[in-house]
Amino acid sequence: MTVALETVNLVKRFSGIVASNNVSLQIQKGARHALIGPNGAGKTTLINLLTGVQKPTSGRILLDGDDIGALSTHQRVRLGIVRTFQINQLFNDLTPLETIGLAVSERRGQGLDWWRVVGSRSDLITEVVEILERFNLNDVVDKRTAILPYGKQRLLEIAVAIACRPRVLLLDEPAAGVPEDERHEILAAVAALPSDVTVLLIEHDMDIVFSFADRISVLVNGALFVEGSPDEVARDPRVKAVYLGEELADA
Amino acid sequence: MLPPQSAIRVATEWLAARARWQPLEVVFWLVAFAAIWLFPDRHLILTEIAWLGLFALSLDLILGYAGIISLGHAAFFGLGAYTAALLAKYEIINEPVLAMLVAGLGAMALGFVTSFLVLRGSDLTRLMVTLGVALVLRELANRYGWLTGGADGLQGVNIKPVLGMFRFDLFGHTGYAYCLTVLFILFLIARRLVNSPFGLSLMAVKGNPLRASAIGISADARLVAIYTVAAGYAGIAGALLAQTTAFASLEVFSFDRSADLLLVLIIGGAGYLYGGLIGAIIFKFMQDFLSQLTPQYWPFWIGLVLVAIVLVGRERITSWTTPIRRSATHLSWRALKRRFTVSSGERPAP
Amino acid sequence: MLTILFDGIAYGMLLFVLASGLSVTLGLMNFINLAHGSFAMAGAYITVFLVNRLGVPFFLSLPMAFVASAVIGFLFERTLYSHVYRKPHLDQVLFTIGLVFMSVAATDYFMGSSQVFVQIPTYLQGQFEIAGIGVGRYRLLIIVLCGLLTIALQFILAKTRFGSRLRAAVDDSRVAGGLGINVNWVFSLTFGFGCGLAGLGGALGAEILGLDPTFPLKYMIYFLIVVTVGGTSSITGPFLASLLLGIGDIAGKYYVPTLGSFVIYTIMIVVLIWRPQGLFARAASR
Repeated sequence: MTVALETVNLVKRFSGIVASNNVSLQIQKGARHALIGPNGAGKTTLINLLTGVQKPTSGRILLDGDDIGALSTHQRVRLGIVRTFQINQLFNDLTPLETIGLAVSERRGQGLDWWRVVGSRSDLITEVVEILERFNLNDVVDKRTAILPYGKQRLLEIAVAIACRPRVLLLDEPAAGVPEDERHEILAAVAALPSDVTVLLIEHDMDIVFSFADRISVLVNGALFVEGSPDEVARDPRVKAVYLGEELADA
Repeated sequence: MLPPQSAIRVATEWLAARARWQPLEVVFWLVAFAAIWLFPDRHLILTEIAWLGLFALSLDLILGYAGIISLGHAAFFGLGAYTAALLAKYEIINEPVLAMLVAGLGAMALGFVTSFLVLRGSDLTRLMVTLGVALVLRELANRYGWLTGGADGLQGVNIKPVLGMFRFDLFGHTGYAYCLTVLFILFLIARRLVNSPFGLSLMAVKGNPLRASAIGISADARLVAIYTVAAGYAGIAGALLAQTTAFASLEVFSFDRSADLLLVLIIGGAGYLYGGLIGAIIFKFMQDFLSQLTPQYWPFWIGLVLVAIVLVGRERITSWTTPIRRSATHLSWRALKRRFTVSSGERPAP
Repeated sequence: MLTILFDGIAYGMLLFVLASGLSVTLGLMNFINLAHGSFAMAGAYITVFLVNRLGVPFFLSLPMAFVASAVIGFLFERTLYSHVYRKPHLDQVLFTIGLVFMSVAATDYFMGSSQVFVQIPTYLQGQFEIAGIGVGRYRLLIIVLCGLLTIALQFILAKTRFGSRLRAAVDDSRVAGGLGINVNWVFSLTFGFGCGLAGLGGALGAEILGLDPTFPLKYMIYFLIVVTVGGTSSITGPFLASLLLGIGDIAGKYYVPTLGSFVIYTIMIVVLIWRPQGLFARAASR
């Protein structure tokens, strides 16, 4: 089993607060790895560090063994590490067709093409339409993202990430804020992710976590607390204590 | 599993419709070119509208499509103007089209070099830096008066006929045809650009830079590219001014010019390419009208228009042009065809 | 050379008084007010009118210019500016440029376009020698007055209730509002005060900077440099930036006359590339 993504003693300090405390995490290739923890545990900070949105105070980040710490966000995306955002970050004035089309054309290195009209390449269109279909966005293909229902926007958020053909996909609470009746679409999309993509999932909803993950890491106060298979973590009394707020013996 | 052919066709059609020439656009350019023959007595003001429209188009590229607020776009305009004027005066390049292209290249070079200044910092720092560059150039032009003619302006500029054949005259006949042709060609290129994947990525960077970088777009590289191109366009506009008036003075770099340009673009609306052209038409006629009323104090009314536009709300102003823009899309060739032929039962594209 | 230093300090302190209002407005309301120079010009012309036409003593005209500009600023804020606060920066820029154009043209209309001079009292004219340095009397006055103003400003901000309310509102206006601070009034009063300072600076500076209707346009860039280089989160930042700018400009024009204003613009561009948040700003909380 190869390690797709790894952090080595990752630390992030913000004027006195330690948001990430010596996190050494290993995610296996093709894994369905979930990251859970109470609010403020530093999960989103970790994702920001992994994707280059923030720079670590110390420590290393390795993608397939290569140190990517010095690379900017867009460079990391080119190498295959892609994320979704907990709060939708979409192009509000573009349509899903344009959004996915943009992601695909960027991935194919056609982003600097200033002469051809968008949509004139049929091979690109086929891929775009296929992605839109996979994420059930066919019926809203030509609507402005801003007016789409929240569930569709969330699906688009994941679709855009997939359009980048990631090696490692970081999902930041994909079902957050989605109304009950639209949740199953998100869950189905997440479950249907290609098996060769390594997925790190941040979630609060334990049903999703336990049905999806083959390995779980628990983050508390910025540090890795417990790690193991879903059964191990479910049975671990320290995890229950953290979530129920009981006092911790030094962890 | 391949998606059905019909889905692909619909998507292709929708994207193609996005870039298709709308009937109103065709009408616009037909009228513009027809004016060469139809309104010969207005050629002087039409010439000014043509290069001002090009200047505003160049600002639209960076403001409307890339979101960079510049208070010093006149820097490139002025550099182009002086370059063209000097090339003609010292007979280094005698043919105006060639001189104009060289002026454009010079402005592009300046744009490239200064583009790195606008990548970082807030809106305010960008404002400052762009303003600073224009002021530096103005100072330089002032100091090197022996070259630029200083505050009096560059005298003794003699522009040779365009392509060796079309002499510039006092009524602006050649001037208008020349400027309009240059504007049209550059407009075509810009239109291609904004409808391309590159253009789409610019809108993405402007709309949500965080998301853009999250799909692998390097915002810096894109912004440098569009800023450079826009600078070139502005330089060519300046060259057209210098060539049609056979004159260049310090005020090509002035703050007034950059500020007026903002107004021109905002009147027409930024972000759809025609805003600068429409704004130029409205501004020039407004300026013509106002300066006949109050020759000395018309900046007051310009200022009032600016204040009014902001207080009323830019969105409300552009919403007045939305019916025109919407009818432009509805009046697509498809719609026209449908009016006159029987529908084939195919799903209509937007 | 020390004369240059002296002149530069006078110039710098004058710039500080002029620009401090802008710094607070920018920091407080994140509002780019390019028309700040217009309020300075108002104070200057009011002083000219009071002293030259009405024979008001110079020292009396200064506080009157302050009050007049403050009132004008306050009124403008209540009626016009408050509508533009929440708009994007482009709109603020357009709006304030519009105000500048209007004020320049209006002043041209009412006051004529030629440069005017304040009739400063004779005991303030000329200079005297201290240890070989030519000390201009007027410039000395400027240094003293502006120095006092700076100390007073620092005192107000640090030690008074209004000052702490202001600092709270600058730091986080929502939280400040939640604490019961009437943020709107704080804004209006502060804006008015800043315009008053600008007016006072204009009145003081008319003699040195030259007064004509294009004043707001000529000096806009200077004020902007002070606030961008100095940052908006303190008094000391813009103060130091003003001194730097004042000394730099005077020294530049003296030692390298062919390049003149060049020097400042280049300093500004260099600083902004190196530290886009300004030389002295601490990291903003937003």
